[in-house]
Formats: sequence, C-alpha cells, structure tokens
Amino acid sequence: MSEHVVSKKTYYLIFGALMVLTAVTVWVANLDLGRWNAIVALSIAVLKATLVVLYFMHVRYSSKLTWVFVCAGIIWLFILFAFTLSDYLTRGWVPIAAE
Amino acid sequence: MAESHSTTYGLAHHFDDIEQQREAGTLGMWAFLITEILFFGGMFLAYILYRAKFGDAFAAASAHLDWRLGGANTAVLIISSLTMALAVYYAQVGDRKKLMLFLVLTMILGATFLGVKAYEYYHKYLDHLIPGFGFQWSGHGAPKQVEMFYFIYFAMTGIHALHMIVGLGIMTVILIMAKRGRFTPGYHSPVEISGLYWHFVDIVWIFLFPLLYLLGAHLHQ
Repeated sequence: MSEHVVSKKTYYLIFGALMVLTAVTVWVANLDLGRWNAIVALSIAVLKATLVVLYFMHVRYSSKLTWVFVCAGIIWLFILFAFTLSDYLTRGWVPIAAE
Repeated sequence: MAESHSTTYGLAHHFDDIEQQREAGTLGMWAFLITEILFFGGMFLAYILYRAKFGDAFAAASAHLDWRLGGANTAVLIISSLTMALAVYYAQVGDRKKLMLFLVLTMILGATFLGVKAYEYYHKYLDHLIPGFGFQWSGHGAPKQVEMFYFIYFAMTGIHALHMIVGLGIMTVILIMAKRGRFTPGYHSPVEISGLYWHFVDIVWIFLFPLLYLLGAHLHQ
C-alpha cells in the first residue's frame, strides 16, 4: 500500500465547507432556539471536526489500524463523558434515606 | 533486502521499509493525539458540568466575549489548516520551494491567531475579568458563577494557545529541515506527522469557538 496523495481540489473543497459551516454556526447562534442552540452548534462542530480528521488528517485514506486508533480515542472520550454525567446529572433523582 | 535497506533515503535501520516506518510514525502520533483528546476532554467535561449548573451566568458571561474576534480566529485557524494540508501536498510531490512557502504561511497564520488571543486577554485584564485577581462583574448573573466561566475560558484557551506555541516551534524545525532539503517525495513523514498535530489543535478550537463565544450570542438581540 503506497501513500495516497490527496488532490489540491479536495483540500479546497473541504476548506470551503469548513468556512461555510463556520458562518452557519455563527448565524444559528444569533437565533434563540432554546436548548436547540447547543445541539445545532455541537452537531456543526462535530461535522467540521470529522471533515478535518478524514481529509486534512488523511484518515479516510489511512490503514484500518489508524481507524482503530482514532475510534478508540473517541470511544474513551464518550466513556469519560457518559460515566461522569450519569453521576452528576442524576443527583437528586432518588431521595437518600440518611439525609 | 539489506541492499535496498541501505539505499532507501530516510529509512531507520529498525524498519523493514519506508511504508512500515510511515505507518508506525502515524500510529505513534495518533496514540499521542488520543491522550490529547482525553486531556482536553477533561476540561470540556468541567465546562459541561458547570454550564449545566450555572446556565444563565454562563450565557451572560459568554455574551461578553467578542464573537467577531473568536470567529475571525476560527477562520484564521481553518485557513492555516488548509495551508498546512497544502504544505504536506507539496512535500509529497517534492516541491521544496512551495513546501517552505506554505509552512511559513501556516506559521504566520498561527502567530496571527496568538496575536488576536493576546489582544482579547489584554481586554479581559482591563475589564477585571481575570479570575482570582480582583475579578469584578456587574452584569447579569451571579459574579461567582461568571468567574467560574472565565476560569474555564482562560484554562481552555490558555492550554490551547500553549499548543499553538508548541506547534509554531515544531513548524520552525520542519521549515529548517525543509530548507536543508531533508524531504523527498519518498520521505517526508515529519511534515505529515507534524501536520496531524497542527490539525488537531485546529479541531480543539472548532469546539471551543461555539461553546465559549456563541453560547450567549442570541442575548445580543
């Protein structure tokens, strides 16, 4: 497997998409959508990050083992968030007898 | 095998071929970036927890940040990621002059980002918004809760700026190596692997910008 050279055109397209998404996230943030503001902002950020990882960081053209490494990082990040939030955000749901 | 080994430029003796060496280098960088994801992840987690607790104060504190400066810096970093990607491209095709040009452009954009950041920090200082050093807040929201927002703001953007400074150092080394003609179409892993780091720092900012600067943007209306 030899190295894949990503074309300049691909880089320019991804760059354009990133700039458009930045403009969209600024525009949406100025509307008051309640809790949807955060959801839209994070969705756009995740989309932008995915484009950077896949194309600028060449993961789309990398080996399966590289994919495993990248996914492992994201999975551990989710474990960090999920376990911590499942504690903090559920405190007070169940009354504690000792109090 | 042994003959081709000694004639392959840039190949270290403990690798079979240049492809194996490249793969090992890429995986090594990603292993480091995973630790970075979790390092920044801890700070993002702190942000999420306090934002869930101090929602109104966080929105008011965020509204005080200048989203136009944050947005401009986002554009600067995205352009720098493009110039970095193009630098890797010119390393791959063996155009040394353009490789150096795009490395320099990337560094100029990185320095621009840090300049804007310094300007913002200075104005936070003038507005007495440095947590722990005479912090004053007269706007909407409990001052202690707003101070927590600014604590997280300075911690996250400060660590991010530190990564940018490290990135500029790495790019300086890569630029010197490029100038000395150390890279060929067959061997340019240092450019590509340093690029991975640069793009990662860009990704961190892609998340910091909406979470810190845009959280209270709708309050400006």
